[in-house]
Amino acid sequence: MDIAIKTENLTYFYNVDETGDQDIPDVLDNVSLEIKKGTFVAILGHNGSGKSTLAKHMNALLLPKGGTVTAFGMDTKDESLLLEIRRRVGMVFQNPDNQIVSNVVEEDVAFAPENLGVASPEIRRRVDDALKTVGMYEFRNHAPHLLSGGQKQRVAIAGVLAMDPECIVFDEPTAMLDPSGRRDVMEIIHKLRYERGTTVVLITHHMEEAALADRVIVMSDGHVVMDGKPKEVFVRVEELDELGLTVPETTRLLFELKNAGVDLPLDALSIDECAKVLADKFG
Amino acid sequence: MLKDITLGQYFPGDTVVHRLDPRTKIVLVLVYIVAMFIAESFASYALMLVVLALAISLSRIRLATVLKGVKPLIFVIAITAFLNIFYTSGRVLVEFWIFKITEEGIFNAIFMSLRIIMLIMGTFMLTYTTSPIMLTVGIEQLLGPLKVIKVPVHELAMMMSMALRLIPTLIEETDKIMSAQKARGADFDTGNLIQKAKALLPILVPLFISAFRRADELAVAMESRCYHGGEGRTRLNVLTMSGRDYISFASAAAVLAGVITLAHFGL
Ligand SMILES: Nc1ncnc2c1ncn2[C@@H]1O[C@H](COP(=O)(O)OP(=O)(O)O)[C@@H](O)[C@H]1O
Ligand SMILES: [Mg+2]
Repeated sequence: MDIAIKTENLTYFYNVDETGDQDIPDVLDNVSLEIKKGTFVAILGHNGSGKSTLAKHMNALLLPKGGTVTAFGMDTKDESLLLEIRRRVGMVFQNPDNQIVSNVVEEDVAFAPENLGVASPEIRRRVDDALKTVGMYEFRNHAPHLLSGGQKQRVAIAGVLAMDPECIVFDEPTAMLDPSGRRDVMEIIHKLRYERGTTVVLITHHMEEAALADRVIVMSDGHVVMDGKPKEVFVRVEELDELGLTVPETTRLLFELKNAGVDLPLDALSIDECAKVLADKFG
Repeated sequence: MLKDITLGQYFPGDTVVHRLDPRTKIVLVLVYIVAMFIAESFASYALMLVVLALAISLSRIRLATVLKGVKPLIFVIAITAFLNIFYTSGRVLVEFWIFKITEEGIFNAIFMSLRIIMLIMGTFMLTYTTSPIMLTVGIEQLLGPLKVIKVPVHELAMMMSMALRLIPTLIEETDKIMSAQKARGADFDTGNLIQKAKALLPILVPLFISAFRRADELAVAMESRCYHGGEGRTRLNVLTMSGRDYISFASAAAVLAGVITLAHFGL
C-alpha cells in the first residue's frame, strides 16, 4: 500500500437549482488518479476547472456522486472513518482569515487535536512542535488578526500539522500572499516533503511553485488533461497556452528562442539549468 | 472610526487578571454587575470605582483603551442623563417652559451615567483579558449542568466564540470597503439621517455577502480540522482554580457585602 489518495471514475456536480430542470454540468467528470505516498504533486488549471472540488474530495468534505475516492485505503463514503480520514489528510485553504478559529495563535493551532480528543499535555507538545516547524513559536500568544498574511497562513498550516497528518492538500495557499509570504509557505512545504515525508498536494497558479513538484497534473473543465513530471508537462507550451495557463519564465524564454530559430531543449526548468543550456549554446 | 469599536476584542497579556480562571472572571463580573445595581450612594460608588480601578491597573490595559469601549454608547448614556435630569421630581433648581431641572435630577443623571459607564467598563474588562476560546470554555463549563435539560450549551458557546472571532475581521473589512467607496466619491458624513443611511447601503451589501462567504469557508475549515461538535473534545488549557481565584472570590464577596451594608444603612 503506497497510495495516499486514489480516485476512481470520480464524478461530481453541485446541486445548483433544484427547480430548474436544465442539465447540471459535471464539475468533475470521470477523474481517475493515484497519488503516491511521500510525493509532491502540483495541480494546475484555470479558474473553475474543478481543482478545489477535487481537493475537497480528498478529505471527505465532498462525497463523490459517481465513482469512489479512497484516502490511505479508506473509502471516504464510510462515515465511521470520517475523522480518521480528515486527521490523516489535512487541508490548507487560500484565505488564512477564513480558517483561523481563535483569537490566540496557540489556541487556534490546538483546535484540531482538541476536536480529536487528544490529551492536554500531548496537545501542548504538538502545538509547540507545529509552531516551531512553521517558525511562529514566538507568536504563540499573539492575536492572529494582527499578523501579516504570510504569518497567518503559517499559523493555519501549523493548525493542520497539529493533527499529525500524513498528507496535506494546499488549495492555492499563496494566492493572497506577498512574495515573502509565498516564499515562506513554499519553504515549509519543501521541509514537510523532504524532512517529514508528508505527501503534498499543491493547487497553485504559480508555475514556479509547480515546477518544484515531483509531478504536475493539469485540469480543464473537470478532466485531467495532462499528467507527468514538470519537465514533461511544461514543454507542451502551446497546449498550456490554449488552456489559458502560463509556463515558467525559463520555459517561456527557451520557447521564444526556439520559435526564433534557435534549437534549444525546452525542459531546462530551473534557472541554473536554463542558464547552462544557454551558455552551452552561445558561450 | 470603526477601529474604535473594541467590543469583543481581546488584549493578550500575562497579568494576574489574564491568568484568572475564566469561570472566576465571569462570576466576578456578574457579582460586579449586581453590586453596581445595588450601589446607590457616594460611598458605594466610590467603593466600586476602587474595584474597577484595581482591576484595570492589575490587567495593565490602558485606561484610554477601556474608555474607548464606552464611546459607541455615548448616545445611550446622553439620553439616559437627559431623561434623568428632566424627569425626576424634587427640589426645583431651574425652570423654563415645560422643563424643570431638579437637584435630584442632576444627581440621578450623574449616578445613572456613571453606572452605565462603569457597567460597560467592568464587563469589557472580561473580554479584554479573556481570550474568546477561554471565555467559551468558561461559559460552557458554568452552564454545563444545563445539558441535562437538553440545552445545547457547547453549540451556544461555540457560536459566541465564532462571533467574537469574526468581529475584528469584519471591522477591518468595513473600514476597507468604506475607504474604497470614499475613494470613489462616496460621502458618509454629510446629509440628513436618511441620506446617511442610504450612503451606508453600498457598504452593508458587500459586507453581508462577504460575511456569509467567510462563515461558509470557516465552517469548511473547521470541519476539515475534525470539528464534530462538543462530544469528546479535550482542551489545550484545562481549567483549574488556584489560590488567586479563591482570593478573588473572597474579595468579591467582601465587596458585595460592603455594598449591601452601605445600601442597608442608606449611605
Ligand atoms: N458551492 C458551489 N456551488 C455551486 N457551484 C460551485 C460551487 N463551488 C464551485 N462551483 C462551480 O464548480 C466549478 C469548479 O469550481 P472549483 O472546483 O472551485 O474550481 P477551481 O478551484 O479550479 O477554480 C465552477 O464552475 C464553479 O462555479
Ligand atoms: Mg479553487
